Amino acid sequence: MGEFNVHRVRFFDYMPSAIRALAFQPQRERIAVARTDGTVEIFNRADCFFQEKVIPGRQQAATEALAWVGDRLFSAGLNGEIIEYDLDNNKTKYTIDAYGGPIWSITSNKQGTHLAVGCEDGTVKLFEVHEDRIQFERNLAKQKGRIISLSWHPSGSKIVAGMMDVIHIFDTETGKLRALAFPSYDLLGTSRSQECVVWSVVYLSDGTIISGDSAGKVKMWDSRTGTLIKSHQVTKWDVLTLSVSQDETSLAVGTSEGHVVQFQFLSMVLGQEDKEWVRTRTFKNHTHDVRAVLEVNTAIVSGGMDTQFVVRPLLDKIDERGQASALRNIQFPHRRLVSCARKAGLLLFQYPGHLELWRLGESEGNGERKRENTTLSIKRKRWIAYSTVASFRLYRLHCENNNVSIIKVSKLPKVLSSANQICFSSDSSHLFVASTCSSVHVAILNQSGCKFVCTLKPKSGSGQAINLLAASEDGKWLASANSDHEVQIYNLNKMKPHCTVPVHSSGVSAMAIHPTTNNLFMVHADQQLTEYSVEKKQYTDWSRQVQRHGLHSLWLERDTPVTNVTFNPKNPAHIVLHDMYMFCIIDQTLPLPDQRSQFYNQLTLRSMPEKERKKHSHAFKMCKIFKELLFVELMEDQSLVVVERPLMDITAQLPAPVRQKKFAT
Amino acid sequence: MVEESGIRVVRCGGNKISFRAPIISKDSRFLLCASGDLVKVFSTSTEECVHVLEGHTGQVTGVILNPTNHLQVYSCSADGTIRLWDFIDGILIKIFVCGWPIFSIYVSEKHVGIAFITIHMESKKHGENFQLVALHLPKVPEQEVEAREMSAVLCNISSNPGSTAMGRGGEYVASVMGRQLTVYFFKKLKTYRFSLKATDKKGAKNAFTCVACHPKDDCIATGHEDGKIRLWRNFNQKKEYTYSTQHWHHDAVGTLCFTTEGMHLLSGGVESVLVQWHCEEVNKKDFLPRLGGAISHICVSPDGQMYSTSHLDNKINIIHCSLKLSAVIQGLVKGNIWTDLMIDPRTRALVMNGRPGHLQFYSLQQDKQLYSLDIVQQEYINQEGLDQFEVMRAAFSVGGTWLATVEERGRCTSDLESSLKLWVYNEKAQSFELNTTITAAHQDRIMHMCFSPSTETTMLVTTAWDNQFKVWLLGLDSDTQKEHASWSCDYVGSYHGLQPTNCCFSSDGSLLAVSFKEVVTIWSSDTWELLTTLCQPPGPIRELCFGRLSCSKYLLGTTAKNLFCWNLLTCSLEWSTPMDVCLLRSDPLSENVVAFSLHSGNTDLFVFRPSEPRPLFTQKAVCGGKVQRCVFSPREEPLDSCDERFQWLNRSRLYFLTELMELLTFSTKAEDERILNSRKQLLVDDSVAVTPFYLLLGKHRQQQEEKQNSGVSQAADRVQPPQASVAIKELLHTPAHVLPAASFLCSMFVNSLLISNTGSREGKEPAEQVEESEKEEDDSEEEMETHDYEQEVRTQGSVEEAPPLLSKAEEKELRRVRKTDFSWVTNLASS
Repeated sequence: MGEFNVHRVRFFDYMPSAIRALAFQPQRERIAVARTDGTVEIFNRADCFFQEKVIPGRQQAATEALAWVGDRLFSAGLNGEIIEYDLDNNKTKYTIDAYGGPIWSITSNKQGTHLAVGCEDGTVKLFEVHEDRIQFERNLAKQKGRIISLSWHPSGSKIVAGMMDVIHIFDTETGKLRALAFPSYDLLGTSRSQECVVWSVVYLSDGTIISGDSAGKVKMWDSRTGTLIKSHQVTKWDVLTLSVSQDETSLAVGTSEGHVVQFQFLSMVLGQEDKEWVRTRTFKNHTHDVRAVLEVNTAIVSGGMDTQFVVRPLLDKIDERGQASALRNIQFPHRRLVSCARKAGLLLFQYPGHLELWRLGESEGNGERKRENTTLSIKRKRWIAYSTVASFRLYRLHCENNNVSIIKVSKLPKVLSSANQICFSSDSSHLFVASTCSSVHVAILNQSGCKFVCTLKPKSGSGQAINLLAASEDGKWLASANSDHEVQIYNLNKMKPHCTVPVHSSGVSAMAIHPTTNNLFMVHADQQLTEYSVEKKQYTDWSRQVQRHGLHSLWLERDTPVTNVTFNPKNPAHIVLHDMYMFCIIDQTLPLPDQRSQFYNQLTLRSMPEKERKKHSHAFKMCKIFKELLFVELMEDQSLVVVERPLMDITAQLPAPVRQKKFAT
Repeated sequence: MVEESGIRVVRCGGNKISFRAPIISKDSRFLLCASGDLVKVFSTSTEECVHVLEGHTGQVTGVILNPTNHLQVYSCSADGTIRLWDFIDGILIKIFVCGWPIFSIYVSEKHVGIAFITIHMESKKHGENFQLVALHLPKVPEQEVEAREMSAVLCNISSNPGSTAMGRGGEYVASVMGRQLTVYFFKKLKTYRFSLKATDKKGAKNAFTCVACHPKDDCIATGHEDGKIRLWRNFNQKKEYTYSTQHWHHDAVGTLCFTTEGMHLLSGGVESVLVQWHCEEVNKKDFLPRLGGAISHICVSPDGQMYSTSHLDNKINIIHCSLKLSAVIQGLVKGNIWTDLMIDPRTRALVMNGRPGHLQFYSLQQDKQLYSLDIVQQEYINQEGLDQFEVMRAAFSVGGTWLATVEERGRCTSDLESSLKLWVYNEKAQSFELNTTITAAHQDRIMHMCFSPSTETTMLVTTAWDNQFKVWLLGLDSDTQKEHASWSCDYVGSYHGLQPTNCCFSSDGSLLAVSFKEVVTIWSSDTWELLTTLCQPPGPIRELCFGRLSCSKYLLGTTAKNLFCWNLLTCSLEWSTPMDVCLLRSDPLSENVVAFSLHSGNTDLFVFRPSEPRPLFTQKAVCGGKVQRCVFSPREEPLDSCDERFQWLNRSRLYFLTELMELLTFSTKAEDERILNSRKQLLVDDSVAVTPFYLLLGKHRQQQEEKQNSGVSQAADRVQPPQASVAIKELLHTPAHVLPAASFLCSMFVNSLLISNTGSREGKEPAEQVEESEKEEDDSEEEMETHDYEQEVRTQGSVEEAPPLLSKAEEKELRRVRKTDFSWVTNLASS
C-alpha cells in the first residue's frame, strides 16, 4: 500500500444546514429535501438514496414546504412565494407571489390538478396546475389566523387545514367552509396556557383526520361528526410533523425531542376488521427537532435541525438483508466541495456563500470572501473559476512566495453564463464548463484572457444536467456524466463526441480518467466499480473481471458513496478512492477478495511473515484512520491531503437540543 | 416420615409463600398461595390464614382457579398430582395423578377439562428442558384418577411459570425462552417464533424474562432483562409483526400482569415498585413504591378490585386497585442469617435477621411474622453490589428488657463500619426503643456477645477480633445528667494478645468464660479478676456453654475434634469425647444440652446432660447438610411425656435451621394427636346445620356456664387486665370474617371490659346515681310530657307480661336514653 506524508486538514468549516421539508414522488421514487438555506436536494430512493441533484436557492426564501405534482416540484416559503424548480438543469424555473403573506404549507391533490397554499392571512389559496405554469384559481373561505398545515382528502373534494387551536375542513368545489369541525381544539390535559398550534394534519381516505400539535399530542378525529376518536400523548414537547404511508396503515410522527414515533393501523383482535391506531415503534436517530418525516414504503425518512437525513428501514417490509435494510445517515453531500491544485499545493473550499483558498504546508490560510450562491469551482495552477446561479467568474491567481493575489478576468465569452460543473484541462490551456442540456462549453485560456471555442453536445440529446466532468491528463479526452446515468466521452482534438459508456442502472458518484492508460474509472452509487477503456470503447479486462467475480459484501454494504477518484502517479496500478468513513487504494495487479476472505485484512497481514502475506493480500487496501472525510487527494509529491470534518464540530455548532431527563443523570 | 420412636422431625412453618403467583378468589375475599407442600387460603381483609389445604407430598408449584367453577381451585405439585379443592370449606375434591413432576399449570375457559402443565421433556427426566403439554382431566366419579392422556403443545420452554401465558380467551399460548418469543395458536395449530438480536448497539440485554397476554385484545407484553417492556401485536404474521417498547425499570422486569379488563398493565421488578401502565395512554403510568423486597409475582383478582404482589422476602401485599396498600401477609423472611436464632422472652417469638437491616419477630405458633424491628434505620436500596449495613449480632437480656444489636458495613473491604446498639423495651409503646448507640465499639468485628443472666446488674460482654473483650454496664451518665440511663464501657479485658472468640456467663452470672483460641479463661464478674484458665489443646475453642440448674458447675467447650466438659469446682476436665460438634446449645429450662455434629453429609443430634457423659437421646441423620442455627423455645404448657427418651422435649422445643434454610423442629406423637384433635374441633360437621358462629358462641356459652357453676369470680380487688377475658381473646383471635355482627358481640365485649360489681365499688355507685338524679331534676320540668309519654308506652307494652328483669347493660342503655334531650319533640308538638 505504501506510506504517505499526510496533510490532515481540519479547517474546512463546512456546516450543512437544517432540513426543513421532505416530499416523496412515489412513481419515480425521488425524495426532495428542502434545507433552511433554500437549497433543494433530490435523492433517488431506488439508487441507494444517492443525492442526484442539488438546486441552490436563497436563504431569504425560507422554504417551509415542498410539493410534487407529477414530476414537477414546487416549494413555498415564508417570503410568500411559490417556486417551481427546473429539475433538468438544477435551477428554479419561475417564482410566483401568492399575495397572502408568508406561506406555511403547500400541498397538491392526488389527481395532480391543483395546489393548495396556506397563508399567514388565513386564506387557503387554490392554484390550478397548467402545463408550464400554475394559475391562481380562488381563495377558500378566509379564516382568522394563519393556516399552518394543510392536507387534501385523497378524493380531492375536501381539504383540511390546521390552524391555531382550530382545524377546519373546506370544500374545494364551493370554496366554502364545510364544517367548523373543532371549534376549540381540545386543550385540556395540557398545562400550558398558550395557544396550541396544529403543526401537521393528515386527511385519510376513510374520513379520519390525524393532527399533531404543539401540546405533544397526536389526535385522531372523525371528520363526519367532528369528534375526537383518540388522543395519544406522544411527547412533552411539540409534535412537528406527520406522514402517513401510501396504504394508510402506518403513520410516522416527528417530535421536537428528536424522536420519530410510528403508529400502525392494527386490528386489536386478530382476524377481525376493527382496526385502531396503535403506537408501536420509536426511533431515536435525531438529536434535535425532527422537522420532516416521510413514510416511504419500506423505510421512514426523517430530517431535522441536526441536518441529518436519516433513512430508517422498516425491516418487516424488507425481504432480505442487503443495502435496503441498512440504516442510512446522510450527513455530507454526495459530491466534492473541495478542489485541489496538485502541483501548487493549494486547496479551494466551497462554502454556500464564498470560497476559501488555502496553501498546504504552511499554517496560514488565505480567505477569499465573495458573496456567492454556490455551484462549482475548479482550479488548476493559475486559474480559479466559479459559477453562481446567475453568473460565471474567472480569476487569475498569482502566487509568488507568500503573496497570493487574484485578478479577475474581465472579458468572458457571453455563453459562459452559468455552469453546473467546471473543469480545467491538466495543462490549464482549456476550460470546460458544463451547461444546460448536458452540453459542455470549451474555452481556451491564455495570457490575454478566455476565448470560447465550441460547445460539445451529446448524441443522445438528453436534457439532464451534467454532474461530473473529467478531463484526461494528455488533454485528449473529456468525460461527462449526467443525472440520467449517461456517461459521454468527447474527443477534444476533434471536438466531437467520441463514444457513450453503456448506461449502468446506478448513477456515477465519482469518475476520473487514468493518466497513463486513458481508462475511465467510474464508481457508482451502488458501490459498483467499472473501468472503461476510452480508446478501445469497451470495458477493460479488469472491469469485466470485477463484474464476473463480484465485489465483497462488506464493500457493497457501505452506506456512503465514493466521492473522489485519483491515481497514484508513481504506481499506475493504484487507484485511490474515498467515501465518508474510509479511503481505499485498489491495486489492480492483486487478485480480488473472495467472499469468504477477510476484507479488512491490513492488521492480519502485518502480523504475518513476508511469504504468507502475498497469499492473503487482495486488491482492496482500506484505511479507516481518518473519519468523516470530505476529500482525499494524492499530491504530486506523494503526500496525501485528507480533509476531515468531524461530526462533533458540526453538532457543537447546532443550537442546544430540547433538554431531556436521562436516567441516572 | 413417622418413625417408630414416636418422635419425628417436622417442618414448622416459614414456608415460602411467594414461591409461585397467588390467586385471588372471584369475590376478592380470599387469596390462595402455594406454601411448601400446602396451599394456604388467606383472607384479603384480615390477613389471617383461613384454611390450609393439605395433601400434596411435594412442593406445590401452582394454584389456579377452576375456570368452570370459581369456588374450586386446581393445585399442581412436584409430586406429580393435580388436586382440585373446594377452598371455601377446605375440602379435597379430586386428585389427578399425572406421574411427572409438574412445574406450572395453566387453564382457560375455552379448554374445558384440559389443564396445560409444564413438565420435563420426556427424553430426559431430569434435564433442563421443559415442555408444555395439554393434560386431559378425565371425568370420573372416583376421587383419585389417573390422568395419562396428554399431548405436547410447546417444547423447550422455561420452567418458570411467568414465562408462559394463555392468550385472549385461550386462543393461543405465548411462551418466552432466552431471546425467543413463541406463540402457538390452538385453532390453526400454528407456531410463530420471534427472535430478538442478542444485543443492539447500546448494549441492551434483550433476553426475555416474563410474558403476559392482554385479556381482550391480541397483544402480548414481554419483559426483558434490561428493564424494557415490549408490547407485541400482529403476531400472526411472520414478518409484519410489530412491537412498541416502553422503558422504566432499571433492572430486569420481574413480572407482568394485565388487569382483568385490560385497561392497565402491571409490572414489577427489583426496584420493588409496582408500576401501573395505562394501555390507552402508553406514556402514562402510576407507581406504588417501597413495597419491600423485589417483586416476583403480580396477580389481579377476577373482579379487578384487588392486586397482589409477591415479594422475594416472603411477603404478599394486597393492594386495592386505586394503588392503596390494603393488607400485608408476611411469612418468615429467609434471607442471609447472621444472627443466632433467639427467642424473645416476652412474646416467645423467634427473632432473627429479617428484611435487610431489620430483625424479625416471628411467631412460631401462628406461623406469622409479628413485627419487624428496624435496626439499621436507613433506607435499603434494592441494587446489586451495594455495601449496606446489616445486622450481624443480636442478643436479648434475660427478661427481654434489653436487646443488643451489632450492625456492620464494609465487611469485604478493609474499612469496616460497625455500631453496637442497645434497645430497651417500652411497655407503653409495646416495642423496642433505641437507648444507646456506640459507634465503633471495638476496633474490629464483634464476634460474640451475651448479657449477664444475673438480675441485679444489666451487663453486656462483647468479644471482638481486636483481641479484647469489653464489658458494658448500664448506668446514669454523670456528664449529661439525663434522666434515662445509658450504656458505657466498664471493663476492657484481654489475654496475652490472643483473639477472643466466645463468651458465656454462668447461670447465676457470677462467672464469665471467655475463650481465647485454645485457652478458656474464667473471670469473676464482680471484680473482673482472672480466676483460672483451662486449656485442652489441640485446636481453638469453637463453642462455649455453661450447664444449667443442677449442672451449673460444668462448662462445656467444643473444638474441631472434641467435646470437653470441665468441672469448675475442681477446675479439671470432667470428661471429653472425640466428636465434631458444629453447634452446641443448652436448654435454659433444664439441664439438657443439645449438640449437632456433622457426619458424612448428614447432621446427627445428641442430647445429654453435662453431669453424665451418656447421651439422653441421639438421632442420626436429622437432616442433610449442616445445621446452621438452633434454639430452644420454652413451651407454653409443658408436656408430660412418660417416655424417658423424649423427656428433654417436655419443657421446651428445639428449633433448628438447616443449610437449605428450612426451619425444623421435633414433634412427639402426643403433640401430633393434639393438633389433629384441635383441627377436628374446628371442622364443621356437615350433618348438623351449624356455622362457625355456632361453634364460637356455643363454646363461649359453655364457658360462661362453667363459670357460673364454679361460683363467684374471685378477681374482685385486682383490676383484671383485658387480655385475661375469654371474650376478648375470642374476639381478637378469630378472623373477623367468621365473627358474628359487631352489634351482637358488643354487649359481650363491653361486659367483659366491666369490672365486676363487688366490694368497695358498691358504696360508690349510689353516690353517682344521686348526682345523676339531681341533674335530671334540673331539666325535668321541660321533659315532663315526654316522660309521661314514655311511661305510657311502657305500660302499654307490658300489659300482658310482667316486666322482665333488666340486665345491667339494658339498664345502662335505659339511663342513657333518659338522659338524652327530647325537647325537640315538644317543639314539634307545639308547632
